[in-house]
Amino acid sequence: MAKQKSTLKRGTRILNSILTLVFSLISLAYVYPLFIMLVNSFKKKAYISRAPFTVPIPGSETWNKMYVGTQNYATGIEKTDFLHSFWFSLLITILSVFVILLFCSMTAWYINRVTSKLSKGVYALCLFSMVVPFQMVMFTLSKLANMLHLNTPLGIVIIYLGFGAGLAVFMFSGYMKSCPIAIEESAMIDGCSPPRTFFSIVLPILQPTYVSTAILEAMWIWNDYLLPYLVLDIKKYKTIPIAVQYLKGGYGSVDMGAMMAMLVLAIIPIIVLYLACQKFIISGVMAGAVKG
Amino acid sequence: MEKALKKWWPLFILPTMAAFTIGFLIPFVWGLYLSFCEFTTVNDAVWVGLNNYVLAFTDPSSYFTHSLWYTALFSVVSTVIINVLGLTVAILLVRGIRGTNIFRTVFFMPNLIGGIVLGWLWQVLINGVLAKYGVTIVTNEWYGFWSLILVMTWQQLGYMMIIYISGLQSIPEELMEAASIDGANAWQTLRFVKLPMLMPSITICTFLTITNGFKLFDQNLALTNGMPPESRLMALDIYNTFYGRTGWAGAGQAKAVVFCIIVVAIALLQQKLTHSKEVQQ
Repeated sequence: MAKQKSTLKRGTRILNSILTLVFSLISLAYVYPLFIMLVNSFKKKAYISRAPFTVPIPGSETWNKMYVGTQNYATGIEKTDFLHSFWFSLLITILSVFVILLFCSMTAWYINRVTSKLSKGVYALCLFSMVVPFQMVMFTLSKLANMLHLNTPLGIVIIYLGFGAGLAVFMFSGYMKSCPIAIEESAMIDGCSPPRTFFSIVLPILQPTYVSTAILEAMWIWNDYLLPYLVLDIKKYKTIPIAVQYLKGGYGSVDMGAMMAMLVLAIIPIIVLYLACQKFIISGVMAGAVKG
Repeated sequence: MEKALKKWWPLFILPTMAAFTIGFLIPFVWGLYLSFCEFTTVNDAVWVGLNNYVLAFTDPSSYFTHSLWYTALFSVVSTVIINVLGLTVAILLVRGIRGTNIFRTVFFMPNLIGGIVLGWLWQVLINGVLAKYGVTIVTNEWYGFWSLILVMTWQQLGYMMIIYISGLQSIPEELMEAASIDGANAWQTLRFVKLPMLMPSITICTFLTITNGFKLFDQNLALTNGMPPESRLMALDIYNTFYGRTGWAGAGQAKAVVFCIIVVAIALLQQKLTHSKEVQQ
């Protein structure tokens, strides 16, 4: 019996080693597209479409032929005005996420603690808005945003609050339902006003949900293309996805060198941030899923 | 407490709902109304009844009906592939093999990259491979189709894997022990213990993948720019109807309403279908 157990364990051990090997290979394949993109961003643009998979080794003949140094980056940054785009993306994402977290957690608290038709209606509308595809509202939304002068990086924050409310209210509500109501009640009996109860008692309890909601909303807003493209005054404000798509221009061919360089610049900040706080990001996604 | 809080609604509900009204409610109702009108700008709308809907389906130069089943097919195929692979990877990764954390980190990474960036990145790679066979990604709609499947799998696999991993980890240890005492083999454990216990995760994951599939736009735009026209998913077809040709905004809005009804119906149906298979603990 004991012997059988140890062979079983050995079998499992071998299987696990094989799995580690297989997954290592798959992981390399997974990262490979990003690696190729990085290599291509240093190649002459003519060789990017012609020989995308060639990796020039320093000193070799192909290296002398293909390597252009940081020229693609210089062209790309100049053509897309990348630094401004980066700044707009950052500003819009941070402000929108902040506003969404603050107001939606307040709304979620109210509709979970007050039973009324208003509360039920708000919750139902939020759920509904999560399912509706953007194309349904895109035309009228862009017109309305223009009429109300919301076509600036600050104005679009209001639209993101409206659009992000569904997911955020849903996430906060999910957590609120399992939260004990007793502490809040005793605080109110002791004379705490509702706003004070919210900010000094509910808000700290909600902390984990703030983190996971912030991550989900930030991922969406940072990468969003169509909404800012239709809402913002595109001559003045381009976010990163818009700037990348703009490299294509109206007609004619794309400067693939500049494109690759811009893709690298668009991806690097995300990957650095991800590697720095991947624990939060992954557990945030897990928490979001459980609430669903 | 309820009474005290109730009168504070202007502070707690009003800001969110005001933004929600501007960002969603008004555009939604207005869009619904405009789908029954003929217009070029929003101020010259004239009621034309169901004319736009007829136009959306019958115009010979429109690819709407084609995009309907093309999108449905894409959505189903991507949902099946992503979920089967995501679940498989999750099951293998909860065994606790060496390097699990690194693998998890790597598989999840593409999720953070936006659709436009992903589309361009993969366009170069896919065209590079296809060039060896003398074709490109726009040669016909099926190159675009399978490229999109590849890109979406690469992107979403990690997300679904994370949800399945958290589902697997929440299965009580006693259930697995009971199964092994009863002499269940690996397949039986999967089929009769893990899968039923995973139904909540499966509900979420299939919901996300199927609605993502229907709503897909960015990747479609950046990867093939909707060329040939047969490779347009519904979202891109609607976008092109609005902004690609003048005088077609009405038909575009009608298409959008049909699109919206389809997505909402599928979401409701999907929820009902998988929820009914969930087991109570």
